[in-house]
Amino acid sequence: MSIWNQIKPDFWRDKDISTGPYRRMFNFRRIWKMAVLLTSLVTLLPLIVITSIDYNFTQQSIEKEHLLRTLRVGSNAKRSISFFLSERLSALSFVVRDNSVEELYQPEKLHSILTNLRESFDGFVDLGMVDHTGMQRNYVGEYNLGGKDYSSQDWFKEVPTKQFHISEVFLGFRQVPHLIIGVRHTLPDGRFFVLRSAIDTKRFNELLSGFELSGKGDSFLINREGIIQTPTLYHGGVFDKMPYAVPQYSEFTEIREEKNATGEAVIICSAYIPDSPYILVIIKNKNELMKPWRETRIILIGFLVVSITVILFVILGVSTYMVNSMYLVDERRLSTLHEVEYANKLASIGRLAAGVAHEINNPLAIINEKAGLIKDIFSMKESYGKDTKLVGLVDSVLFSVERCSTITKRLLSFARHIDSAIETIQIGQVITEVLGFLHKEAEYRNISVEVDLGENIPTFQSDRGKLQQIFLNIINNAFAAMSVGGRLEVNVSYAQNEGIVAKITDNGCGMSEAELGKIYEPFYSTKTKAGGTGLGLSITYGLVQELGGRIDVSSRLGKGTSFTVTLPLNPPRK
Amino acid sequence: MHILLVDDEEEFVTTLAERLALRGFAVEYATKATDALVLAGNNAYDIAVLDMKMPGMGGLQLREILEQKYPNMKFIFLTGHGSEDDWRAGSSGAGYLVKPVDINTLIEKMKEATDQ
Repeated sequence: MSIWNQIKPDFWRDKDISTGPYRRMFNFRRIWKMAVLLTSLVTLLPLIVITSIDYNFTQQSIEKEHLLRTLRVGSNAKRSISFFLSERLSALSFVVRDNSVEELYQPEKLHSILTNLRESFDGFVDLGMVDHTGMQRNYVGEYNLGGKDYSSQDWFKEVPTKQFHISEVFLGFRQVPHLIIGVRHTLPDGRFFVLRSAIDTKRFNELLSGFELSGKGDSFLINREGIIQTPTLYHGGVFDKMPYAVPQYSEFTEIREEKNATGEAVIICSAYIPDSPYILVIIKNKNELMKPWRETRIILIGFLVVSITVILFVILGVSTYMVNSMYLVDERRLSTLHEVEYANKLASIGRLAAGVAHEINNPLAIINEKAGLIKDIFSMKESYGKDTKLVGLVDSVLFSVERCSTITKRLLSFARHIDSAIETIQIGQVITEVLGFLHKEAEYRNISVEVDLGENIPTFQSDRGKLQQIFLNIINNAFAAMSVGGRLEVNVSYAQNEGIVAKITDNGCGMSEAELGKIYEPFYSTKTKAGGTGLGLSITYGLVQELGGRIDVSSRLGKGTSFTVTLPLNPPRK
Repeated sequence: MHILLVDDEEEFVTTLAERLALRGFAVEYATKATDALVLAGNNAYDIAVLDMKMPGMGGLQLREILEQKYPNMKFIFLTGHGSEDDWRAGSSGAGYLVKPVDINTLIEKMKEATDQ
C-alpha cells in the first residue's frame, strides 16, 4: 500500500469535480484507463495473434515434416526387406529349376550350391531338401538336421497350396533365432519337394538398424500376432509381445500416433511386408523428435513475454506521464482561474472600500469642521466655555469623527495596496493593520492576541498589499482553528542572513502529518463545508515566493500550529 | 501667514476658513480653481491648501499653474480619496492630508511647509 502511495500518479488522487465553474476538463482516471486499454489492445492483440498463428503453423509443419520423414523411411525399409526376401527366394527358385532332383539329393552337389549361394548372397546358413512326405532327405549346413521329419509342422502343411513360404522367426531345432525360406518344386510325376534354407536373422537386424532414425527411433519386425521378430532398442526382446496394438492390414505404409505406457506421444509407422508374415514397425518418440522445436519454442515464448512486458511498461509509463501532464495543466488552469477570481474579488472589494471611504470622508470632514468651529466658539465665549456638558458633547462628536476617519483611512489604505508596488515597509505597521481588521472578531470570541515586535527590526522593501494578504490569510486560518478563549502570538525578529522572520502561533486544533503535507496544494481544504476553497494557503505560498521569501509550518494535532514567514530585506528582481 | 483655501465643498471650506481666521491667520477661500487663480492674482499667499479633486480643474493642475506664477508659494493637499496616484503625487514635495483632518495637524503641516 505504501509503495502504491509512492508511485501513485497525481491525477489518481484527484477528486472528481464534475459540476460548477471549477470542474475538470476530463475524467483523468477514465482517460488513463482508456489509453492503457486501447493501446494495449492494438499493440498486444496483433502481436499475440500473429505469434500464436506462427507458433501453431511452425509446430504443425515440424510435426508433418517428421511424419513424412518417418513414412519415407518406413517405405524404404519395407522395400529393402521385401527385396532382401524376394532376392533370396528367387535364388532358391533358380536353384530348383537349374538342377535336377537327383542332383539336389546329392550332398556334394547341394554343398557346392550352398557354397555358391553364400558367395553370391548374404545370409544363407544351410540348405535342405524335404520330400513330399515331409522328410528331410538331404541337408548341408552347420547343424545336423538330416532325416528330420517336418510333416507335422505348420509350414509343411501349407506347402501344397503355396509355391513358396517364408517363416516367422523361430528357434526351431537349433535354438537360435532364424527364419526359413522354402521353395516348392513339383515334379512331372506329380510329386514335389521343397528346397529350404535357413536365413541368418543377423542380416535382417543389420538391415533394420541401418536406417537413420532420429528421436529415440526404433525399427523392428513383428509377426501378425505382434510378437517381436528382430532385436529392438526400447521395446523388448525377440519373441516378446510389442507393447502396442498390431496395425490393421494395409497395402501401404501407414502412420499413426499413440500414447506409450508413460503417456508420451509416439509415432508408429507400420508396413506389411508382402508375401511374408512380417510387419515392419518404426516407433519414434514424439517428444524426442520435437525437442529442437521445444527449445525454439522457449525462445519464442520468452521473446513474446519480454516484448509484452516492455510494451506494457512503455504503455503504462507513457499513458501515466501524458495523463498526469494533462492533469497538471488542468490543475494549473483551475488554480489560475481561482487566483484570477480571487484577485478580482479583492480588487472589487478594494474599489468598493475606496468608494465608500471617499464618499464618507467629505461629509465627515464637514462634520469635523462644523463641530470644531462650535468648539472654537465655545472656548472663546465665556458663557459657553464654562458649560462642560456642551464642550463634552462637542468633544464626543469630534471623537466619533476621528473614529470614523480611522476606519475610512484603513479602508483607503487597504484599497491603495491592491495594486502591486514595492515600497519601504515597517512590518509592525502591516501586522497592526491586518489585526485591525480582525480585532472585533478576536474580541467577540475572546481570543487574546499578542504581538511581540523584536528590537532593531529594520524597514525593508516589499509589497504592502501582498504582505497584508499573506498575514491576513495566515491569521484568518489561525482564528478558524481556534475555539473561544484561544491565544494568538505574533513574534517578529530579524535574522542577519535571512531577513525579517515573522512567526504566527496559535493554540488551535493543529494538523496531522498527512494534512501538513497537503496544505499548500490548491483545493486542499478542511473547511469545504464552511465555504473554504482550499486556496488560501496555496495563494499565500505563491505570494511569499513572489516576495522572495519562505514559509514554514509546524503543527501538532490538538496543540496548535505555527507558521513562520521569512522575508528578505530586498525583493527579488523580476 | 497668508493662506489660500481651495475646495469645492463650500460648507467645508467656509468653516475651515472661519476656524483658521479665529486662530489669527489671514485666510481667503475659493470653491473653484478659476476663482482661486483670480484671488492669487490679487493677493500674495504664503501657502495654498488645495483639494485634490474638484470639478473642472483639479488640485494638481492648479498647483502647476500657481507654482509657475508664484514660485515661493507652498502647497498642502487635502483629499477624501486614497488613490495610489493622488498619494504619490501629493507626497512628492508637498504635504498630503486625508480628510477629515484635525485642524492642529493642518496648522502644524502648514508651518512646516512655510518654514522650509
